[in-house]
Amino acid sequence: MMRYLAGRLLRAMLTIFLVVTFAFFVLRLSGDPALLIMSVDAPPESIAAFRQSWGLDQPVWVQYLAYIGHALTGDLGNSMRDGRPAIQLVVERIPATLAITVPAFLLKIAIGVPAGIYAALHRNSLADRLTMVLSVAGFTMPSFVLALLLVLLFAVRLGWLPSSGADGIAYAILPIVTLGAAGAAILARFTRSAMLEVLGQPFIRAASAKGLPWRRVVAEHALPNAAIPTTTIIGFMVGTLIAGAVVVESVFAWPGVGRLLVVAVANRDLAVVQAILLLVAATMVSANIAVDLLYGWIDPRMRQVPR
Amino acid sequence: MPQPLIDIRKLTVDFDTGRRIVRALHGVDLAVQPGEAVGLVGESGSGKSVTWLAALGLLGSRARLGGQVLFEGRNLVGSAVAELEAVRGACIAMIFQDPSSSLDPVYRIGKQLGEALQLHRGMAGTAALAEAARLLDRVGIADARRRLGDYPHELSGGMNQRVMIAMALAAEPQMLVADEPTTALDATIQAQILELLQEIRRDTGMALVLISHDLGVVAENTDRVCVMYAGRIVEDAPIGTIFAEPAHPYTRGLLSALPELTGPRRRLVAIPGVVPEPWNLPRGCSFAPRCAAFEAACEAAAPASVEVAQGHWAACIRAGGRNL
Ligand SMILES: Nc1ncnc2c1ncn2[C@@H]1O[C@H](COP(=O)(O)OP(=O)(O)O)[C@@H](O)[C@H]1O
Ligand SMILES: [Mg+2]
Repeated sequence: MMRYLAGRLLRAMLTIFLVVTFAFFVLRLSGDPALLIMSVDAPPESIAAFRQSWGLDQPVWVQYLAYIGHALTGDLGNSMRDGRPAIQLVVERIPATLAITVPAFLLKIAIGVPAGIYAALHRNSLADRLTMVLSVAGFTMPSFVLALLLVLLFAVRLGWLPSSGADGIAYAILPIVTLGAAGAAILARFTRSAMLEVLGQPFIRAASAKGLPWRRVVAEHALPNAAIPTTTIIGFMVGTLIAGAVVVESVFAWPGVGRLLVVAVANRDLAVVQAILLLVAATMVSANIAVDLLYGWIDPRMRQVPR
Repeated sequence: MPQPLIDIRKLTVDFDTGRRIVRALHGVDLAVQPGEAVGLVGESGSGKSVTWLAALGLLGSRARLGGQVLFEGRNLVGSAVAELEAVRGACIAMIFQDPSSSLDPVYRIGKQLGEALQLHRGMAGTAALAEAARLLDRVGIADARRRLGDYPHELSGGMNQRVMIAMALAAEPQMLVADEPTTALDATIQAQILELLQEIRRDTGMALVLISHDLGVVAENTDRVCVMYAGRIVEDAPIGTIFAEPAHPYTRGLLSALPELTGPRRRLVAIPGVVPEPWNLPRGCSFAPRCAAFEAACEAAAPASVEVAQGHWAACIRAGGRNL
């Protein structure tokens, strides 16, 4: 077990390292920050000075080694825009992002899981078909389209909610609903198929043959078994709590990590983009490890397998 | 004739597959006396499992049942779910072909046995644990106490089938339906499981319905055989009669496909062709296209079951009246 965990952690570090490296080179090959941040007609000598002060005049691999060296000591560099540490800029935005992604996450579970269970238990009923149609609509529709539809309805037409900004709880509602709807759709579909798969297993019929009432067959045998794959998906959703709101934050001008990312990319604010990608990679990788460990804990068949 | 324990009369089952309605059983008549051991044989797809799943109401909402299943004077067809639940397990237990997937993978054996004991005998805690261990011991599982803590995936198929039998015994039912209980197991384990079923029957006097596609298995373990083909029982007779004077050509076909234990070795002859799909049955007798004794009259109508001799029924136009 310890060896397995060590191997898993090593792989996780490698993944994060690769993400950081990839981002580093792509960003540096895709545009010159100096030209974007300084105005176009800035004198050549001040552009050169800017390049020098940020080390952009060095060969890329020298910049890379310097970056990795600093990163290992916890220094992710400063923003080229306002000179503050990139990590600080990013961390400041995390609460705003969590303020919409965590409620959206709870909404997904609260709607998606029961809907999926109900649909599976009433397969081919009207309710099942309706759930599936909504679910397909929910995850095929791009989130910015859903966001715009919601804005048109609730902000423009009905005037109940503000369309963008972050000036109180009312502003969070549409972003949360937009994020939650798509996730609920995915989760409903997934839960339904997990349930159907379990309900078709011989042990379900055997439990009924034993005389167990259907309610107990569902509660004590079907649900715990369907919970295994469903928990996995929910675990992966935890990994998107930070990174999953880029589009929605942009549409609603919500001041979270996702919006910071969009702005930083547009400005080639290298250190900030890198810090965000590092954070995103780290959360996703940690969520995956957590899911793996959870899997071993909830599924007895995974427990004694020699790793 | 004493009062049968369970009396299935003209049982029909139609499956609504969405595209069409398919008749899987065409009026099955089958009665089992208390303590009797009855075999149900037939090739795969002939309706053996569906018969007993239907009798216990285990086919789900896509199946429409017709006819009667009389148990203790009540008709189980169309009766309330609660009534069926009270019969399942408690009066009639059923075990299945694939023991390892008939147990819930997320619970320990002890917990699953405990569930049956709680359900049928109101036992809990250490009393249930002790009784669970006794049952495992009863079905020949060594070191029963320790095994209670095992998960199904940690046991072999044969062991899991023993656990299923122990669970069936938990309620002390009047009858056990064993649906191909040894098909998934290798030959020596198969013999041990069948031996165990015999032993339990001797001790408890419970009735046994042994479903198998293997006439040999049924012959060694039951008193009477019902031969099923394409959703009908085509012959029903005591074991000895089936071997000495089979009246239905399908039964004769099954017999000639059986390896002979004594006497001269001969070639095994499989019946040509396959069981027709339920939605594509031939006209008249369903067996006609594969029958060695086919004649034009076979296509007129599905033959009714006639009593060829006392306690010997067959559904063939050549049975009974004319000599074969
Ligand atoms: N749930 C179902 N839906 C549709 N057809 C079914 C269903 N279950 C069984 N059948 C059909 O009923 C027939 C009898 O099946 P079964 O009783 O399982 O045969 P066996 O004699 O091998 O146990 C088969 O043709 C099978 O395809
Ligand atoms: Mg079967």
